[in-house]
Amino acid sequence: MRSLRQAPVLLEVRNLNTDFLTPGEAPAHALADINFTLREGEVLGIVGESGCGKTTLMLSLMRLLPANGRITSGKVNFMNTDLLSLSEREMGDVRWKNVAMIFQGAMNALNPVHTVGRQIAEAIIQHNYITDQKLVTDRVVELLELVGIGAERKDQYPHQYSGGMRQRAMIAMALACNPQVVIADEPTTALDVMIQAQILELLAKLRDKLGLSILFVTHDLGVVAEMCDTVLVMYGGVTAEYADVDTIFNTPQHPYTQELLRAFPDLTRPTEKLVSIPGYPPRLNALPPGCRFAPRCPHVFERCHGERPSLHPLNGRHFASCHLVESESTISPETSKFPGKSGEK
Amino acid sequence: MSETTVGATSLSGFWRSFRRSRMGLVGLFMLVTVILMAVFAPYIAPYDPKEVIRVTIDDIYAPPSAAHWLGTDDAGRDVLSNFIYGSRVSLIVGFFASFISIFIGSVVGIVAGFYGGRAENVLMRFTDIMLVIPDLPLAVVIVALTKPSLWNIIFVIGALGWTGSARLVRSQTLAVKQRKFVLRARSIGAGNAHIIRYHIFPMVLPLIVVNTVLVISLAILNESTLSFLGLSDPTALSWGQMLNFAFTRGAMSARAWWALVMPGLGIVWAVLACTLLGQGLEQVLNPRLETHYLAVGAQMVARPGMEAQV
Repeated sequence: MRSLRQAPVLLEVRNLNTDFLTPGEAPAHALADINFTLREGEVLGIVGESGCGKTTLMLSLMRLLPANGRITSGKVNFMNTDLLSLSEREMGDVRWKNVAMIFQGAMNALNPVHTVGRQIAEAIIQHNYITDQKLVTDRVVELLELVGIGAERKDQYPHQYSGGMRQRAMIAMALACNPQVVIADEPTTALDVMIQAQILELLAKLRDKLGLSILFVTHDLGVVAEMCDTVLVMYGGVTAEYADVDTIFNTPQHPYTQELLRAFPDLTRPTEKLVSIPGYPPRLNALPPGCRFAPRCPHVFERCHGERPSLHPLNGRHFASCHLVESESTISPETSKFPGKSGEK
Repeated sequence: MSETTVGATSLSGFWRSFRRSRMGLVGLFMLVTVILMAVFAPYIAPYDPKEVIRVTIDDIYAPPSAAHWLGTDDAGRDVLSNFIYGSRVSLIVGFFASFISIFIGSVVGIVAGFYGGRAENVLMRFTDIMLVIPDLPLAVVIVALTKPSLWNIIFVIGALGWTGSARLVRSQTLAVKQRKFVLRARSIGAGNAHIIRYHIFPMVLPLIVVNTVLVISLAILNESTLSFLGLSDPTALSWGQMLNFAFTRGAMSARAWWALVMPGLGIVWAVLACTLLGQGLEQVLNPRLETHYLAVGAQMVARPGMEAQV
């Protein structure tokens, strides 16, 4: 195993809050007090069902929210600079050079009227990463070969690529300026399992070879178990549980994580019935007054309906936001890294 | 897949797809004939319309004859020669006015669609105002107030005809702006100028090209209307002006149909040419119009009996 505890911290997110404004309505709190740290070479999985704020979190980090999105408070420290305090121009420099993104649905993320090679070169030229035209072409070829696409394919258009190739081209594009952090927003959705395995293998290879840190957004717990070092489970815009991958899978503390795992097939327990979590994620502009998971939680008790649980540190590297955890756990302040912030003040 | 499927991106590929559109070919042929006629007018026309001639009473509205294939007009001039020279003004006005229109329309449409917000509001409300003001009376007023020279007319027609293109281009820009590759370009660190030039413009360009050809026909029609109403450069002979002279100077009562029919046919010919060409171009530039799976029909499934027919 690679030891990550000593690796330097690259990205540190502190109490990030993002709202979506709708005229005439209360703002929807899409993210509330998100905290996490990403170390060099670490793969952090971000899981949760649709609408729990995963993509909003990614876009907040890149400062690419839609027009009605507002980051209301918090800090995104990247190598000791707060990305939220940068000017738009400075942020433009950080994008792709330091933090790149692999988009979900590669067909839509590629412009159909330009060749793939030209689109990979776009990022390089945009940042003057390489200025010599000849060297740009060399770099494009090198990137394509890195993801296993032949150099002769660089002059082809996205519609001439297969689905898996397009996704690999997107990965090549993300690596164009040697970023330290890659945000992979569901890079394997809409691909069949074989191609999915291929892409995951490629990402793991690139992580080892280039020392990338990856933020891996996914629905798929199997992928998380395979790829990730740490896991952030999100529910309704808040952190449900944050721990390393073994803890999440072996001793999950938050009822949502437990239910999520039970809803996923497990080869070692073939006779067990799969469950689904009844109900829907909360509407973000009409949140329950207490815990956001309370209406669906199997272990709910009356405190949950009235009071929001804060993110409790179970030990230095395991956090869960649940009243049950608080009553059971032994909180030792010196090992806690974050101040247990409540969702509501 | 091979390199040949690149399709409409190269010039030869473009021609290969265009050739399949029969209407487009007809339109192209019609437009080329008019352009050739305008360019080589001095070589084709039997008489020079500007030549000083002595006219007798028999030369006025003389019916078609060997000397004047299409008869003469009210001043005893050869209608065929006037018709051939007249194509020059119609085409010049048509092309230049439509370029002005398309330029204004594209800029307004892309800026409004891309930036949105207040810029869009201001630009699109202005477009709406321009759209509700009837073009023709306004054009008449402006041309009457300024000197009715050729360039004034081009400018007026161009400056009044951009509203439709602006709305079209804006709607397409709005659609393209939402595509994910624009978000990707943004996350690459690209600025607005780069995104417009590299991602928005190429996606809007086919629409602009098709629209240009269609606007040319509108401009030709507008020019003819203005000339017919007597608001044309008196020194620049055009088809509309020929109609105006024939109409106001008694061609009807003289039963000189040839003085009216020829310029009218010329206008219809040029306008139809542009419309057909526009449709042909649209078919090439928007491949979805060309081979819809429903159009393939029964041939899609290979049957033993059918191979003999093919």
